[in-house]
Amino acid sequence: MASTLETRQTVEEVAGDYKYGFVSDIETVKAPKGLNEGVIRFISAKKEEPEWLLDWRLKAYKKWLKMEEPDWAMLSYHKPDFQDIYYYAAPKSADDRPKSLDDVDPELLRVYEKLGISLQEQEVLSGVAVDIVFDSVSVATTFRETLKEKGVIFCSISEAARDYPELMKKYLGSVVPVADNFYAALNSAVFTDGTFVYIPKGVRCPMELSTYFRINEANTGQFERTIIIADDDSYVSYLEGCTAPMRDENQLHAAVVEIVVLENAEVKYSTVQNWYPGDKDGKGGIYNFVTKRAACRGTNSKVSWTQVETGSAVTWKYPSCILQGDGSVGEFYSVAITNNYQQADTGTKMIHIGKNTSSTIISKGISAGKAQNIYRGLVKVMPNAENTRNFTQCDSLLIGDECGAHTVPYIEAKNPTAQLEHEATTSKISDEQLFYCLQRGLDVEQSVTLIVNGFCKEVMQQLPMEFAVEAQKLLGISLEGSVG
Amino acid sequence: MLEIKNLHVEVGGKEILKGLNLTINSGEVHAIMGPNGAGKSTLSYAICGKDGYEITDGTVTFNGKDLLELEANERAGEGIFLGLQYPVEIPGVSNLNFLKAALNSLRKYRGEEEIAAVDFLKLIRAKAAELEMDPEMLKRAVNVGFSGGEKKRNEMVQMALLDPIFSVLDETDSGLDIDALRIVADGINRMRSPKKAILVITHYQRLLDYVVPDFVHVLADGKIVKSGDKSLAIKLEQDGYSGLGINETAA
Repeated sequence: MASTLETRQTVEEVAGDYKYGFVSDIETVKAPKGLNEGVIRFISAKKEEPEWLLDWRLKAYKKWLKMEEPDWAMLSYHKPDFQDIYYYAAPKSADDRPKSLDDVDPELLRVYEKLGISLQEQEVLSGVAVDIVFDSVSVATTFRETLKEKGVIFCSISEAARDYPELMKKYLGSVVPVADNFYAALNSAVFTDGTFVYIPKGVRCPMELSTYFRINEANTGQFERTIIIADDDSYVSYLEGCTAPMRDENQLHAAVVEIVVLENAEVKYSTVQNWYPGDKDGKGGIYNFVTKRAACRGTNSKVSWTQVETGSAVTWKYPSCILQGDGSVGEFYSVAITNNYQQADTGTKMIHIGKNTSSTIISKGISAGKAQNIYRGLVKVMPNAENTRNFTQCDSLLIGDECGAHTVPYIEAKNPTAQLEHEATTSKISDEQLFYCLQRGLDVEQSVTLIVNGFCKEVMQQLPMEFAVEAQKLLGISLEGSVG
Repeated sequence: MLEIKNLHVEVGGKEILKGLNLTINSGEVHAIMGPNGAGKSTLSYAICGKDGYEITDGTVTFNGKDLLELEANERAGEGIFLGLQYPVEIPGVSNLNFLKAALNSLRKYRGEEEIAAVDFLKLIRAKAAELEMDPEMLKRAVNVGFSGGEKKRNEMVQMALLDPIFSVLDETDSGLDIDALRIVADGINRMRSPKKAILVITHYQRLLDYVVPDFVHVLADGKIVKSGDKSLAIKLEQDGYSGLGINETAA
């Protein structure tokens, strides 16, 4: 975002330090630690949810109790103690809902400014509507009036549960069912907030929609739930960007994002993620275990996932597309950087069900330090999926000789007309390239940033403009100290 | 400007330069010729500070400064440019972005202001035009998909833009057709100035017809074994290295 970039620009070069590492002093209202029915009821009551939603949560909780934590990923981490986490922490002023920015706690606004998200600036300069999620509660939503004129719904999940129950009931859990996986079940039980988006038929959303996340309290899990529905012939571009403060204890982030795309509609979902990755010795850092899935239900529907993941101590996510509608299209563009002791097991699943569907996967993994980067992708073609086409390209770049890159591609083709292409490269930054840059006057850091950005170019150019600039700088910052 | 004394350079544990001496003054154009494997490229890499080229003895002074104390990018900042024999590709990085970053880096080293985007575009386009390079090529990734000759021409455009005090051109003429050779030679000649110096490494006389050197040296077996004026190059072409009593080492 424009303001975030300016903030970064004014911050002095601090090698290895996490720039957003601070904690705000705002009083928070917390549920007691641990997970049980009582906590869930507390959360639901705090959010003034309707009965049906509380029931839904409790059903999910019961399912979760019977499920086992998965451990098939190539990740090694200290398993979270689910009873040692606060599942709800909201800033105090949320008790009296703000009606406009003027009503928002000035302390909160100051925190946002510190983060580089001055709402006023956002409002005036970039024209991006912002729904800010601060430790489990949506604080402000701007541009509601403009969007309302078009019939676009852009609000917090809590509000949607109250104001648009029919839509919620229809779509909640329809793409990621409660029992889909351990963390989805957990999220379904204790999700505390998130974004609800509905684009009506024929509407091209006039601005990019965006949400900021922030984890503040120690041991507070962020359990965001997002639902995006694009009705026939509509279009929306959604940006998700994250920052997090420095902490010693690992923090858990288990979000669920469900996207439904109907006939001839398109959703573009972009993420720039720089959660706290842990310090140089691998201590602290966020666990990012996310389930993101899009159902391309309508004919010629399209979803595009673009992600730049540079943070988190452990990342475990596979934004996926279910290509049900004939002619539907799924795209996945990803840059995942791991440095120091970070680990990432990430990729995508493209499930081809309808006829003449196609998918594109471009994954760029960069490993440095002692990090491990795993691409895990599935291209599945169901028996009736005639004329499926897929192109997969996964490239790995290794920096230094202590890191690792692994590729685990799965292809299941049950229809003989499918055309699936898979390319993979592994490379390192060559001495020749580095010398060429140095000889032209660039120092080592600049050279690495330049070469890495070039390596990721195909993905970076998918990002909306606001994110693209921030992301380029982010690549450089993430790899500080990795070469030379 | 450049003074090399008793330079010994090892690569991969093997000694390639065995006590090389060379002095280049401002305003001069020097040519180095020699059999394959003699150490010509090694000399250029050692001057420019490439990793893997270990200086085991000797000194290199540039305008009074100990060049061996500086990093590769610092030497560039001092005004040294190397036109590579095999220019490398940098996928995804456009020539424009690359050169703007490079130019600004050099300016920063010299305490000068960064160039404005608009001025940069004017400048680079002018330099590309001088070397008859299609401006569209500037938007392409550095050397990606460029033919051998185009890569060499790209090196010349970079040299023209970065305006070094001392240019080392390593077999810049190889792979060029007659027209390209003339264009490149003009580019090199444009760099001539009383305040600058040029070192051309080449196998063939024909470049030296266009870029007339003040001095010609023969590098063989890790040392400069013979020096003369431009007529030495002509003699070499006629009699070959063995004709002058020089042993050709294996490449």
